[in-house]
Amino acid sequence: MSTARHTSSRLRSSTYRLGPPIVVFLVVLGIWYAISLSLDPDRQFLLPTPNEVIDVGFVNQDNLFQVLEGLLWTVAVSMTGLVIAIVLGMTSAIMMSQAKWVETSFYPYAVIIQTVPILAIVPLVGLWLGFGFTSRVVVCVIISIFPIITNTLFGLQSVPASFHDLFTLHRSSRLTRLVKLQFPNALPAIFAGFRISAGLSVIGAIVGEFFFRKGIPGLGRLLDLYRARLLTEQLFTALVFSSLLGILVFWGFGFLGRLVVGKWHETT
Amino acid sequence: MGDRQISNIQPSNHGDTRGGGSSSTLISFENVSKTFPDGTHAVDSVSFKVEPGQFVTVVGPSGCGKSTLLRMGSGLLSASSGEVRRSEGNLGYVFQDATLLPWRTVQKNVELFCELRGFDRSERRKRAKDAIELVGLSGFNRHYPAALSGGMKMRVSLARSLTLDPPLFFFDEPFGALDEITREYLNLELLRIFAHAGFGAVFITHNLYEAVFLSTDVLVMSSRPGRILKSFSIPFPYPRDLDLRFDPAFAELTGEVSEVLRDE
Repeated sequence: MSTARHTSSRLRSSTYRLGPPIVVFLVVLGIWYAISLSLDPDRQFLLPTPNEVIDVGFVNQDNLFQVLEGLLWTVAVSMTGLVIAIVLGMTSAIMMSQAKWVETSFYPYAVIIQTVPILAIVPLVGLWLGFGFTSRVVVCVIISIFPIITNTLFGLQSVPASFHDLFTLHRSSRLTRLVKLQFPNALPAIFAGFRISAGLSVIGAIVGEFFFRKGIPGLGRLLDLYRARLLTEQLFTALVFSSLLGILVFWGFGFLGRLVVGKWHETT
Repeated sequence: MGDRQISNIQPSNHGDTRGGGSSSTLISFENVSKTFPDGTHAVDSVSFKVEPGQFVTVVGPSGCGKSTLLRMGSGLLSASSGEVRRSEGNLGYVFQDATLLPWRTVQKNVELFCELRGFDRSERRKRAKDAIELVGLSGFNRHYPAALSGGMKMRVSLARSLTLDPPLFFFDEPFGALDEITREYLNLELLRIFAHAGFGAVFITHNLYEAVFLSTDVLVMSSRPGRILKSFSIPFPYPRDLDLRFDPAFAELTGEVSEVLRDE
Protein backbone atom coordinates (compact mmCIF):
# COMPACT_ATOMS: atom_id res chain seq x y z
CA MET A 1 0.00 0.00 0.00
CA SER A 2 2.59 2.48 1.08
CA THR A 3 4.73 1.77 -1.96
CA ALA A 4 1.78 2.40 -4.22
CA ARG A 5 1.08 5.69 -2.52
CA HIS A 6 4.73 6.57 -2.79
CA THR A 7 4.80 5.89 -6.52
CA SER A 8 1.67 7.91 -7.14
CA SER A 9 3.06 10.86 -5.21
CA ARG A 10 6.25 10.67 -7.23
CA LEU A 11 4.17 10.57 -10.40
CA ARG A 12 2.27 13.64 -9.21
CA SER A 13 5.44 15.57 -8.42
CA SER A 14 6.88 14.83 -11.86
CA THR A 15 3.59 16.00 -13.37
CA TYR A 16 4.00 19.26 -11.52
CA ARG A 17 7.54 19.56 -12.77
CA LEU A 18 6.92 18.64 -16.40
CA GLY A 19 3.40 20.02 -16.79
CA PRO A 20 4.06 23.78 -16.90
CA PRO A 21 6.94 23.64 -19.43
CA ILE A 22 4.80 21.44 -21.71
CA VAL A 23 1.97 23.95 -21.51
CA VAL A 24 4.38 26.76 -22.42
CA PHE A 25 5.66 24.69 -25.35
CA LEU A 26 2.14 24.15 -26.68
CA VAL A 27 1.28 27.83 -26.33
CA VAL A 28 4.44 28.85 -28.21
CA LEU A 29 3.60 26.31 -30.91
CA GLY A 30 0.13 27.82 -31.20
CA ILE A 31 1.47 31.35 -31.54
CA TRP A 32 3.98 30.08 -34.12
CA TYR A 33 1.19 28.59 -36.24
CA ALA A 34 -0.87 31.76 -35.89
CA ILE A 35 1.96 34.03 -37.05
CA SER A 36 3.06 31.68 -39.81
CA LEU A 37 -0.40 31.30 -41.25
CA SER A 38 -1.13 35.01 -41.09
CA LEU A 39 1.92 35.87 -43.21
CA ASP A 40 1.55 36.63 -46.94
CA PRO A 41 2.27 33.46 -48.93
CA ASP A 42 5.31 35.08 -50.56
CA ARG A 43 6.72 35.97 -47.16
CA GLN A 44 5.92 32.70 -45.49
CA PHE A 45 9.48 31.46 -46.02
CA LEU A 46 10.43 33.73 -43.10
CA LEU A 47 8.53 31.51 -40.70
CA PRO A 48 7.33 28.20 -42.09
CA THR A 49 4.77 26.33 -40.01
CA PRO A 50 6.09 23.74 -37.56
CA ASN A 51 4.86 20.83 -39.68
CA GLU A 52 6.69 22.21 -42.72
CA VAL A 53 9.83 22.43 -40.64
CA ILE A 54 9.39 18.81 -39.60
CA ASP A 55 8.67 17.64 -43.17
CA VAL A 56 11.57 19.42 -44.82
CA GLY A 57 14.09 19.55 -41.99
CA PHE A 58 13.61 16.25 -40.19
CA VAL A 59 11.64 13.80 -42.33
CA ASN A 60 13.60 14.50 -45.51
CA GLN A 61 16.53 12.19 -45.01
CA ASP A 62 19.04 14.03 -47.19
CA ASN A 63 18.47 17.25 -45.33
CA LEU A 64 18.50 15.53 -41.96
CA PHE A 65 21.74 13.66 -42.69
CA GLN A 66 23.43 16.84 -43.79
CA VAL A 67 22.61 18.43 -40.45
CA LEU A 68 23.57 15.30 -38.52
CA GLU A 69 26.93 15.14 -40.26
CA GLY A 70 27.46 18.80 -39.39
CA LEU A 71 26.51 18.00 -35.82
CA LEU A 72 29.12 15.26 -35.71
CA TRP A 73 31.85 17.66 -36.81
CA THR A 74 30.77 20.28 -34.34
CA VAL A 75 30.86 17.67 -31.59
CA ALA A 76 34.36 16.62 -32.68
CA VAL A 77 35.63 20.21 -32.68
CA SER A 78 34.03 21.28 -29.42
CA MET A 79 34.98 18.16 -27.48
CA THR A 80 38.59 18.28 -28.74
CA GLY A 81 38.70 21.92 -27.68
CA LEU A 82 37.13 21.11 -24.33
CA VAL A 83 39.58 18.32 -23.54
CA ILE A 84 42.52 20.59 -24.38
CA ALA A 85 41.01 23.39 -22.27
CA ILE A 86 40.53 20.99 -19.36
CA VAL A 87 44.09 19.70 -19.50
CA LEU A 88 45.68 23.13 -19.97
CA GLY A 89 43.32 24.88 -17.55
CA MET A 90 43.70 22.40 -14.73
CA THR A 91 47.45 22.16 -15.15
CA SER A 92 47.87 25.90 -14.98
CA ALA A 93 45.49 26.18 -12.01
CA ILE A 94 47.45 23.52 -10.13
CA MET A 95 50.71 25.34 -10.87
CA MET A 96 49.19 28.63 -9.72
CA SER A 97 48.04 26.97 -6.50
CA GLN A 98 51.54 25.65 -5.83
CA ALA A 99 53.48 28.86 -6.32
CA LYS A 100 52.16 32.31 -5.62
CA TRP A 101 54.47 33.88 -8.21
CA VAL A 102 52.98 31.72 -10.96
CA GLU A 103 49.53 32.92 -9.97
CA THR A 104 50.47 36.61 -9.81
CA SER A 105 52.38 36.36 -13.09
CA PHE A 106 49.84 34.50 -15.20
CA TYR A 107 46.39 34.97 -13.72
CA PRO A 108 45.99 38.49 -15.15
CA TYR A 109 46.52 37.06 -18.63
CA ALA A 110 43.88 34.41 -18.03
CA VAL A 111 41.51 37.27 -17.24
CA ILE A 112 42.56 39.09 -20.41
CA ILE A 113 41.90 36.01 -22.54
CA GLN A 114 38.44 36.00 -21.04
CA THR A 115 37.79 39.68 -21.70
CA VAL A 116 39.13 40.01 -25.25
CA PRO A 117 36.18 39.55 -27.62
CA ILE A 118 36.63 36.26 -29.43
CA LEU A 119 35.89 37.94 -32.76
CA ALA A 120 38.92 40.16 -32.29
CA ILE A 121 41.24 37.16 -32.00
CA VAL A 122 39.70 35.23 -34.89
CA PRO A 123 41.59 36.96 -37.74
CA LEU A 124 44.96 36.32 -36.13
CA VAL A 125 44.17 32.70 -35.38
CA GLY A 126 43.16 32.28 -39.03
CA LEU A 127 46.34 33.87 -40.28
CA TRP A 128 48.56 31.73 -38.15
CA LEU A 129 46.82 28.40 -38.12
CA GLY A 130 44.75 28.35 -41.28
CA PHE A 131 41.03 28.17 -41.71
CA GLY A 132 40.28 24.58 -40.82
CA PHE A 133 39.90 22.20 -37.88
CA THR A 134 42.90 23.48 -35.88
CA SER A 135 41.71 27.06 -35.79
CA ARG A 136 38.19 26.04 -34.77
CA VAL A 137 39.60 24.00 -31.91
CA VAL A 138 41.76 26.92 -30.82
CA VAL A 139 38.69 29.16 -30.65
CA CYS A 140 36.98 26.56 -28.47
CA VAL A 141 39.97 26.42 -26.14
CA ILE A 142 40.20 30.19 -25.82
CA ILE A 143 36.51 30.58 -25.13
CA SER A 144 36.21 27.72 -22.63
CA ILE A 145 39.45 27.68 -20.65
CA PHE A 146 38.75 30.50 -18.21
CA PRO A 147 36.02 28.85 -16.09
CA ILE A 148 38.22 25.79 -15.74
CA ILE A 149 41.20 27.82 -14.49
CA THR A 150 39.17 29.93 -12.07
CA ASN A 151 37.03 27.11 -10.71
CA THR A 152 39.95 24.74 -10.24
CA LEU A 153 42.06 27.42 -8.59
CA PHE A 154 39.18 28.49 -6.35
CA GLY A 155 38.58 24.89 -5.30
CA LEU A 156 42.25 24.25 -4.54
CA GLN A 157 42.56 27.43 -2.52
CA SER A 158 39.29 27.28 -0.61
CA VAL A 159 40.35 24.49 1.75
CA PRO A 160 39.40 25.52 5.32
CA ALA A 161 42.42 26.48 7.43
CA SER A 162 41.53 23.86 10.03
CA PHE A 163 41.86 21.10 7.41
CA HIS A 164 45.30 22.42 6.56
CA ASP A 165 46.14 22.28 10.28
CA LEU A 166 45.43 18.54 10.30
CA PHE A 167 47.90 17.96 7.52
CA THR A 168 50.44 20.32 9.07
CA LEU A 169 50.28 18.42 12.36
CA HIS A 170 51.26 15.28 10.49
CA ARG A 171 54.00 17.03 8.55
CA SER A 172 52.48 16.14 5.19
CA SER A 173 54.31 16.97 1.99
CA ARG A 174 52.92 19.44 -0.54
CA LEU A 175 52.08 16.59 -2.85
CA THR A 176 50.12 14.74 -0.16
CA ARG A 177 48.32 17.95 0.67
CA LEU A 178 47.48 18.51 -2.99
CA VAL A 179 46.32 14.97 -3.68
CA LYS A 180 44.51 14.14 -0.46
CA LEU A 181 43.20 17.55 0.54
CA GLN A 182 43.16 20.29 -2.07
CA PHE A 183 42.17 18.26 -5.10
CA PRO A 184 39.21 16.44 -3.54
CA ASN A 185 38.12 19.73 -2.01
CA ALA A 186 38.18 21.28 -5.48
CA LEU A 187 36.18 18.57 -7.25
CA PRO A 188 32.72 20.17 -6.91
CA ALA A 189 34.04 23.49 -8.23
CA ILE A 190 35.96 21.70 -10.99
CA PHE A 191 32.84 19.93 -12.22
CA ALA A 192 30.86 23.15 -12.10
CA GLY A 193 33.61 24.62 -14.28
CA PHE A 194 33.44 21.68 -16.71
CA ARG A 195 29.73 22.21 -17.13
CA ILE A 196 30.07 25.89 -17.94
CA SER A 197 33.04 25.29 -20.24
CA ALA A 198 31.35 22.46 -22.12
CA GLY A 199 28.52 24.82 -23.09
CA LEU A 200 30.99 27.55 -24.05
CA SER A 201 32.97 25.09 -26.13
CA VAL A 202 29.91 24.22 -28.21
CA ILE A 203 29.32 27.91 -28.77
CA GLY A 204 32.99 28.29 -29.67
CA ALA A 205 32.78 25.50 -32.25
CA ILE A 206 29.72 27.00 -33.92
CA VAL A 207 31.10 30.55 -33.90
CA GLY A 208 34.46 29.28 -35.19
CA GLU A 209 32.80 27.71 -38.20
CA PHE A 210 31.42 31.05 -39.29
CA PHE A 211 34.99 32.15 -39.91
CA PHE A 212 37.00 29.02 -40.53
CA ARG A 213 35.25 27.50 -43.50
CA LYS A 214 37.71 24.91 -44.75
CA GLY A 215 36.93 21.24 -44.44
CA ILE A 216 33.65 19.44 -43.88
CA PRO A 217 30.98 21.92 -42.74
CA GLY A 218 29.80 21.71 -39.15
CA LEU A 219 26.60 23.14 -37.72
CA GLY A 220 27.92 26.69 -37.79
CA ARG A 221 28.73 26.52 -41.49
CA LEU A 222 25.34 24.99 -42.22
CA LEU A 223 23.52 27.67 -40.25
CA ASP A 224 25.27 30.32 -42.33
CA LEU A 225 24.61 28.42 -45.54
CA TYR A 226 20.88 27.93 -44.87
CA ARG A 227 20.56 31.58 -43.95
CA ALA A 228 22.20 32.66 -47.20
CA ARG A 229 19.96 30.38 -49.28
CA LEU A 230 16.82 31.23 -47.30
CA LEU A 231 16.32 27.57 -46.38
CA THR A 232 14.43 28.45 -43.23
CA GLU A 233 13.17 24.93 -42.50
CA GLN A 234 16.70 23.52 -42.44
CA LEU A 235 17.86 26.54 -40.50
CA PHE A 236 15.43 25.47 -37.81
CA THR A 237 16.72 21.90 -37.92
CA ALA A 238 20.30 23.06 -37.44
CA LEU A 239 19.15 25.36 -34.67
CA VAL A 240 17.35 22.55 -32.88
CA PHE A 241 20.39 20.29 -33.03
CA SER A 242 22.75 23.04 -31.82
CA SER A 243 20.50 23.64 -28.83
CA LEU A 244 20.18 19.93 -28.17
CA LEU A 245 23.95 19.59 -28.21
CA GLY A 246 24.29 22.48 -25.76
CA ILE A 247 21.68 20.99 -23.46
CA LEU A 248 23.21 17.53 -23.73
CA VAL A 249 26.74 18.58 -22.73
CA PHE A 250 25.41 20.76 -19.91
CA TRP A 251 23.28 17.91 -18.62
CA GLY A 252 25.99 15.32 -19.26
CA PHE A 253 28.62 17.13 -17.24
CA GLY A 254 26.08 17.85 -14.52
CA PHE A 255 25.38 14.12 -14.39
CA LEU A 256 29.08 13.28 -14.35
CA GLY A 257 29.60 15.74 -11.50
CA ARG A 258 26.80 14.22 -9.46
CA LEU A 259 28.22 10.79 -10.13
CA VAL A 260 31.63 11.76 -8.77
CA VAL A 261 30.85 14.15 -5.91
CA GLY A 262 27.08 13.73 -5.45
CA LYS A 263 27.54 11.33 -2.55
CA TRP A 264 29.02 14.00 -0.32
CA HIS A 265 28.28 17.31 -2.02
CA GLU A 266 25.01 18.99 -2.92
CA THR A 267 25.40 19.84 -6.58
CA THR A 268 23.01 22.19 -8.25
CA MET B 1 50.61 29.83 0.61
CA GLY B 2 51.46 31.17 4.01
CA ASP B 3 53.27 29.52 6.85
CA ARG B 4 52.41 25.86 6.89
CA GLN B 5 55.59 24.83 8.62
CA ILE B 6 55.36 23.20 11.95
CA SER B 7 57.58 24.96 14.44
CA ASN B 8 60.13 23.02 16.39
CA ILE B 9 59.33 22.05 19.89
CA GLN B 10 62.01 20.94 22.27
CA PRO B 11 61.64 17.26 23.03
CA SER B 12 61.50 17.11 26.81
CA ASN B 13 63.73 14.09 27.24
CA HIS B 14 66.64 15.84 25.57
CA GLY B 15 68.91 18.45 26.98
CA ASP B 16 69.03 19.91 30.44
CA THR B 17 66.64 19.57 33.30
CA ARG B 18 65.71 23.21 33.67
CA GLY B 19 62.26 23.45 35.17
CA GLY B 20 62.71 20.11 36.82
CA GLY B 21 60.27 18.22 34.56
CA SER B 22 60.71 14.48 34.86
CA SER B 23 61.29 12.56 31.65
CA SER B 24 57.76 11.17 31.76
CA THR B 25 56.20 14.63 31.56
CA LEU B 26 53.99 14.70 28.46
CA ILE B 27 54.11 18.42 27.92
CA SER B 28 55.35 21.41 29.82
CA PHE B 29 54.80 25.11 29.25
CA GLU B 30 57.41 27.34 30.85
CA ASN B 31 56.62 31.04 30.97
CA VAL B 32 55.06 30.82 27.54
CA SER B 33 53.83 34.07 26.05
CA LYS B 34 52.39 34.90 22.67
CA THR B 35 52.08 38.25 20.99
CA PHE B 36 50.72 38.20 17.45
CA PRO B 37 52.27 40.33 14.70
CA ASP B 38 49.28 42.70 14.92
CA GLY B 39 50.21 43.43 18.53
CA THR B 40 47.52 41.30 20.17
CA HIS B 41 48.92 40.01 23.42
CA ALA B 42 47.14 36.67 23.64
CA VAL B 43 48.97 34.62 26.24
CA ASP B 44 51.03 35.94 29.12
CA SER B 45 53.68 33.85 30.85
CA VAL B 46 51.80 30.59 31.24
CA SER B 47 53.44 27.66 32.99
CA PHE B 48 52.04 24.22 33.64
CA LYS B 49 52.76 20.62 32.79
CA VAL B 50 50.87 17.44 32.15
CA GLU B 51 51.96 14.06 33.49
CA PRO B 52 50.63 10.71 32.29
CA GLY B 53 47.17 10.07 33.70
CA GLN B 54 46.45 13.76 34.18
CA PHE B 55 43.41 15.39 32.64
CA VAL B 56 44.12 19.10 32.75
CA THR B 57 41.36 21.47 31.79
CA VAL B 58 41.94 25.12 31.02
CA VAL B 59 38.81 27.12 31.63
CA GLY B 60 38.44 30.78 30.86
CA PRO B 61 36.35 33.41 29.09
CA SER B 62 36.01 33.37 25.31
CA GLY B 63 38.97 34.85 23.48
CA CYS B 64 41.36 34.50 26.39
CA GLY B 65 44.01 32.68 24.39
CA LYS B 66 43.10 29.12 25.36
CA SER B 67 43.21 27.87 21.79
CA THR B 68 46.43 29.77 21.17
CA LEU B 69 47.92 27.80 24.04
CA LEU B 70 47.08 24.50 22.34
CA ARG B 71 48.31 25.72 18.97
CA MET B 72 51.64 26.54 20.59
CA GLY B 73 51.64 23.18 22.38
CA SER B 74 51.17 21.36 19.09
CA GLY B 75 53.71 23.40 17.16
CA LEU B 76 51.11 24.88 14.81
CA LEU B 77 52.17 28.20 16.28
CA SER B 78 55.45 29.23 17.83
CA ALA B 79 55.69 30.92 21.22
CA SER B 80 56.93 34.52 21.35
CA SER B 81 58.85 33.71 24.50
CA GLY B 82 59.15 30.89 26.96
CA GLU B 83 59.48 27.24 26.16
CA VAL B 84 57.17 24.39 25.22
CA ARG B 85 58.55 20.90 25.70
CA ARG B 86 56.65 17.91 24.48
CA SER B 87 57.57 14.26 24.87
CA GLU B 88 58.18 12.11 21.83
CA GLY B 89 55.15 10.44 20.38
CA ASN B 90 51.98 11.34 18.57
CA LEU B 91 49.64 14.06 19.60
CA GLY B 92 45.88 13.62 19.51
CA TYR B 93 44.14 16.87 18.61
CA VAL B 94 40.39 17.35 18.56
CA PHE B 95 39.26 20.75 17.32
CA GLN B 96 36.04 22.56 18.13
CA ASP B 97 34.97 21.88 14.57
CA ALA B 98 35.14 18.15 13.85
CA THR B 99 37.23 18.89 10.71
CA LEU B 100 36.07 15.74 8.94
CA LEU B 101 36.85 15.67 5.24
CA PRO B 102 33.39 15.70 3.65
CA TRP B 103 34.44 13.53 0.71
CA ARG B 104 35.55 10.67 2.94
CA THR B 105 33.31 8.19 4.68
CA VAL B 106 33.55 7.72 8.44
CA GLN B 107 35.90 4.78 7.89
CA LYS B 108 38.13 6.74 5.51
CA ASN B 109 38.16 9.79 7.77
CA VAL B 110 39.25 7.72 10.72
CA GLU B 111 41.97 6.14 8.59
CA LEU B 112 43.34 9.54 7.51
CA PHE B 113 46.05 10.01 10.13
CA CYS B 114 47.35 6.46 9.68
CA GLU B 115 47.40 7.15 5.97
CA LEU B 116 49.40 10.35 6.47
CA ARG B 117 51.80 8.40 8.65
CA GLY B 118 52.25 5.77 5.93
CA PHE B 119 50.67 2.77 7.66
CA ASP B 120 49.78 -0.08 5.36
CA ARG B 121 46.21 -0.78 4.37
CA SER B 122 45.45 -3.68 6.69
CA GLU B 123 46.97 -1.89 9.69
CA ARG B 124 44.93 1.23 8.86
CA ARG B 125 41.74 -0.76 8.62
CA LYS B 126 42.33 -2.58 11.86
CA ARG B 127 43.16 0.54 13.83
CA ALA B 128 40.21 2.43 12.36
CA LYS B 129 37.85 -0.41 13.14
CA ASP B 130 39.02 -0.54 16.76
CA ALA B 131 38.78 3.22 17.18
CA ILE B 132 35.32 3.39 15.63
CA GLU B 133 34.22 0.64 17.96
CA LEU B 134 35.70 2.45 20.96
CA VAL B 135 33.74 5.64 20.25
CA GLY B 136 30.59 3.60 19.67
CA LEU B 137 30.06 4.24 15.99
CA SER B 138 30.23 0.70 14.62
CA GLY B 139 27.80 0.41 11.74
CA PHE B 140 28.37 3.97 10.55
CA ASN B 141 31.59 3.21 8.67
CA ARG B 142 30.13 3.93 5.27
CA HIS B 143 28.30 7.12 6.21
CA TYR B 144 29.51 10.48 4.96
CA PRO B 145 29.99 13.24 7.56
CA ALA B 146 27.05 15.21 6.17
CA ALA B 147 24.75 12.42 7.33
CA LEU B 148 25.98 12.56 10.94
CA SER B 149 24.80 14.62 13.90
CA GLY B 150 27.17 17.07 15.60
CA GLY B 151 27.83 14.63 18.43
CA MET B 152 28.61 11.78 16.05
CA LYS B 153 31.00 13.97 14.09
CA MET B 154 32.94 14.71 17.28
CA ARG B 155 33.14 10.98 17.98
CA VAL B 156 34.59 10.39 14.52
CA SER B 157 37.07 13.19 15.12
CA LEU B 158 38.08 11.57 18.39
CA ALA B 159 38.36 8.14 16.78
CA ARG B 160 40.61 9.58 14.07
CA SER B 161 43.14 10.68 16.69
CA LEU B 162 42.77 7.50 18.72
CA THR B 163 44.08 5.44 15.79
CA LEU B 164 47.59 6.77 16.48
CA ASP B 165 47.33 5.80 20.15
CA PRO B 166 48.75 9.15 21.31
CA PRO B 167 50.07 9.50 24.84
CA LEU B 168 48.83 13.10 24.87
CA PHE B 169 45.53 14.55 23.69
CA PHE B 170 44.50 18.15 23.04
CA PHE B 171 40.81 19.00 23.11
CA ASP B 172 39.94 22.48 21.92
CA GLU B 173 36.35 23.05 23.10
CA PRO B 174 35.24 19.89 21.34
CA PHE B 175 31.70 19.96 22.70
CA GLY B 176 31.20 23.72 22.61
CA ALA B 177 28.77 23.61 19.71
CA LEU B 178 26.65 20.76 21.05
CA ASP B 179 23.44 20.84 23.02
CA GLU B 180 23.60 20.22 26.76
CA ILE B 181 22.24 16.68 26.66
CA THR B 182 24.67 15.54 24.00
CA ARG B 183 27.48 17.30 25.80
CA GLU B 184 26.79 15.47 29.08
CA TYR B 185 26.63 12.17 27.28
CA LEU B 186 29.87 12.79 25.41
CA ASN B 187 31.56 13.88 28.65
CA LEU B 188 30.79 10.45 30.05
CA GLU B 189 31.97 8.76 26.89
CA LEU B 190 35.17 10.76 26.93
CA LEU B 191 35.89 9.68 30.50
CA ARG B 192 35.26 6.08 29.54
CA ILE B 193 37.73 6.39 26.64
CA PHE B 194 40.18 8.32 28.84
CA ALA B 195 40.15 5.41 31.28
CA HIS B 196 40.48 2.87 28.49
CA ALA B 197 43.17 4.54 26.37
CA GLY B 198 45.12 6.05 29.24
CA PHE B 199 46.30 9.27 27.60
CA GLY B 200 47.14 12.55 29.27
CA ALA B 201 44.89 15.40 28.22
CA VAL B 202 44.74 19.16 27.90
CA PHE B 203 41.09 20.14 27.55
CA ILE B 204 39.82 23.61 26.73
CA THR B 205 36.34 24.78 27.63
CA HIS B 206 34.41 27.73 28.97
CA ASN B 207 31.98 25.44 30.73
CA LEU B 208 32.80 25.16 34.45
CA TYR B 209 30.77 22.04 35.10
CA GLU B 210 32.36 20.23 32.22
CA ALA B 211 35.79 21.34 33.46
CA VAL B 212 35.34 20.06 36.99
CA PHE B 213 33.49 16.95 35.92
CA LEU B 214 36.18 15.72 33.55
CA SER B 215 39.45 16.74 35.05
CA THR B 216 42.12 15.84 37.52
CA ASP B 217 43.25 19.48 37.39
CA VAL B 218 41.51 22.70 36.42
CA LEU B 219 43.44 25.82 35.46
CA VAL B 220 41.52 29.07 35.44
CA MET B 221 42.68 31.51 32.82
CA SER B 222 42.12 35.27 32.77
CA SER B 223 40.77 37.21 29.83
CA ARG B 224 43.31 38.51 27.32
CA PRO B 225 46.19 38.45 27.80
CA GLY B 226 45.60 34.98 29.19
CA ARG B 227 47.33 34.22 32.46
CA ILE B 228 46.77 31.28 34.79
CA LEU B 229 44.87 32.77 37.73
CA LYS B 230 44.58 29.69 39.85
CA SER B 231 44.82 25.94 39.58
CA PHE B 232 42.54 23.45 41.27
CA SER B 233 43.09 19.80 42.01
CA ILE B 234 39.87 17.86 41.52
CA PRO B 235 39.78 15.09 44.11
CA PHE B 236 36.87 12.97 42.86
CA PRO B 237 37.92 9.44 41.96
CA TYR B 238 37.30 7.88 38.56
CA PRO B 239 35.14 6.40 37.18
CA ARG B 240 32.78 9.33 37.61
CA ASP B 241 29.15 9.37 36.65
CA LEU B 242 26.61 12.11 36.14
CA ASP B 243 25.39 11.88 39.73
CA LEU B 244 28.63 13.57 40.70
CA ARG B 245 27.13 16.83 39.51
CA PHE B 246 24.60 16.72 42.33
CA ASP B 247 27.27 16.08 44.96
CA PRO B 248 27.59 19.09 47.35
CA ALA B 249 31.37 18.85 47.11
CA PHE B 250 31.10 19.19 43.35
CA ALA B 251 28.91 22.26 43.72
CA GLU B 252 31.35 23.78 46.17
CA LEU B 253 34.30 23.23 43.87
CA THR B 254 32.57 24.65 40.79
CA GLY B 255 31.54 27.56 42.98
CA GLU B 256 35.16 28.25 43.86
CA VAL B 257 36.24 28.04 40.24
CA SER B 258 33.41 30.32 39.22
CA GLU B 259 34.43 32.84 41.87
CA VAL B 260 37.96 33.05 40.49
CA LEU B 261 36.54 33.70 37.05
CA ARG B 262 34.10 36.30 38.33
CA ASP B 263 36.69 38.22 40.35
CA GLU B 264 38.78 38.54 37.26
